[in-house]
Amino acid sequence: MAQMKFMCDAERCIECNGCVTACKNANDVEWGIQRRRVVTLNDGESDEMSISVACMHCDDAPCMAVCPTDCFYKTDDGIVLHDKDLCIGCGYCLYACPFGAPQFPQQDAFGERGKMDKCTFCAGGPAESKEEEYEKYGANRIAEGKLPLCAEMCSTKALLAGDAQDVADIFRQRVVHRGHEDGAWSNNPQASADNLAYDAARKG
Amino acid sequence: MNQLTAQAPGGVPHLSQWQGVWRWLLLAFALVFSLGVAQVAHAQEADPNREMSTAAPGIDADQWRQVRSGETGPNYRDSRADSNYNLINASGETWRQWRNRWVSPFGLIVIGGMIGIIALFYLIVGRKHLEEPRTGRKLFRWPLFMRALHWSVASLFIVLALTGLNLLFGKFVFRGLFGDAFWGWMVSSSKLLHNYLGPIFSVLLIVMLVSLIKDNLPKKHDLEWFKKGGGLVGKGHVDAGFANGGEKAWYWLLASVGLLVVASGLVLDFPNFGQGRDTMQWANLVHAVGALGLTAVSVGHIYIGTLGTEGSLEGMTTGYVDETWAKEHHNLWYEEVKDQSVSEQELADRKASKDAGESPAPRSS
Repeated sequence: MAQMKFMCDAERCIECNGCVTACKNANDVEWGIQRRRVVTLNDGESDEMSISVACMHCDDAPCMAVCPTDCFYKTDDGIVLHDKDLCIGCGYCLYACPFGAPQFPQQDAFGERGKMDKCTFCAGGPAESKEEEYEKYGANRIAEGKLPLCAEMCSTKALLAGDAQDVADIFRQRVVHRGHEDGAWSNNPQASADNLAYDAARKG
Repeated sequence: MNQLTAQAPGGVPHLSQWQGVWRWLLLAFALVFSLGVAQVAHAQEADPNREMSTAAPGIDADQWRQVRSGETGPNYRDSRADSNYNLINASGETWRQWRNRWVSPFGLIVIGGMIGIIALFYLIVGRKHLEEPRTGRKLFRWPLFMRALHWSVASLFIVLALTGLNLLFGKFVFRGLFGDAFWGWMVSSSKLLHNYLGPIFSVLLIVMLVSLIKDNLPKKHDLEWFKKGGGLVGKGHVDAGFANGGEKAWYWLLASVGLLVVASGLVLDFPNFGQGRDTMQWANLVHAVGALGLTAVSVGHIYIGTLGTEGSLEGMTTGYVDETWAKEHHNLWYEEVKDQSVSEQELADRKASKDAGESPAPRSS
């Protein structure tokens, strides 16, 4: 089985926010929620860098570990999904998530959080019907044999989505082509394709 | 150039052949050079760090350090509306480890241990009965306002403790036991009750602490009370005023840890004041540790007030305690108020006349 991962090639990202728009469009998410964000470091300086971030579908997902209702589960493809019928909007997944992926509609009184919403890797979520699935979680492109729309529509192919090995291979080829000695992870001897997201959060 | 040389007449093919050989030699040399002395070549030709900074600016070690430290700086941008997040929430993992590895297992041990110890104490030592027979004369201890306050705070505390425990441990028990549909209802109502009753508890707790502070100021004899374990160590009674040392300790625990739990709970309960994830991680840990500790101690308080001591509960239900109870448990207070004791008959009369006074058509005397 595949281990689905996102990877954003910071060298290629031009901060166009196309992925953000594509995601919003594909999943028809509620007002105020933006599953994907583009972060720019050192904006306007010579070492400016942009990176598109959403749920990275961690192998050892912190959200799953801290959820009081146990509403998260992992698909066979390594995609982290959650059941909105069980979610109580406590916000713990947000405290734990390395990437700020979980978001909560806050339309209720006292800023009470609604049901959590996050990137589903365009794999929908648990529901009785297709309509209900779309209503609650957005598109299920994976079921149609398609990859997430954000990556598919990325104009510079900075954002890659797919099996971790494939994505890592593409990225490594690129970096080698750019002339770097050991590909992507020069300062990170422990990094491997299996835990890209996790390592990005913890290690150099 | 190849094309040009190939089209040239005469000895030119030789030149192109020579060029071919020269290229192969160069390639072989380059191969040997790069395989054999790659490290030297790199050191001389390109500094990996410099190369990295041109190949992929922004992901050098310094920048990763900045990203992980959580600093954002003035030139940090996030395309998400009203986002105040940095790129990597490094403290999230720390919070997870603290919560999952320390707070929840040890919370269970502390509360379970407390229940176990008290159960054992009850089985071995048993209930503390009054040593002398009741005199039948009563002393007024708790006015209606304090009783109402106490029971409101107490019931809120129990509901908050049970819902809080469900939020921390429920998933390990009830999801498997009842299935998703019931569990979903159970945990969402736990959260709702916890979040909406919490602020009411906060207000009532503060009112209670203020109204009880005079009786709970520490006195010299309290030290003696603790030395003798509240009478458990040695023989004879230990001096105690209106509140004994244990009650005062419980009061000051609520006045310190209780208020801390209340404050951190409010931080978590109203996420609409712009407090960040880091603040809420801390608030959550403080809240959980404090609340689990208080829950454990409250088991002791509940035991002593109900099963553990004869004659205590009636003080908080009727407002009156027996003289004997007062003498044995609060001797200094007893000395102060012993001349105000009333017999059960007087009490019944008072109650009757009060009821009569409140009836719509009072009889003329």
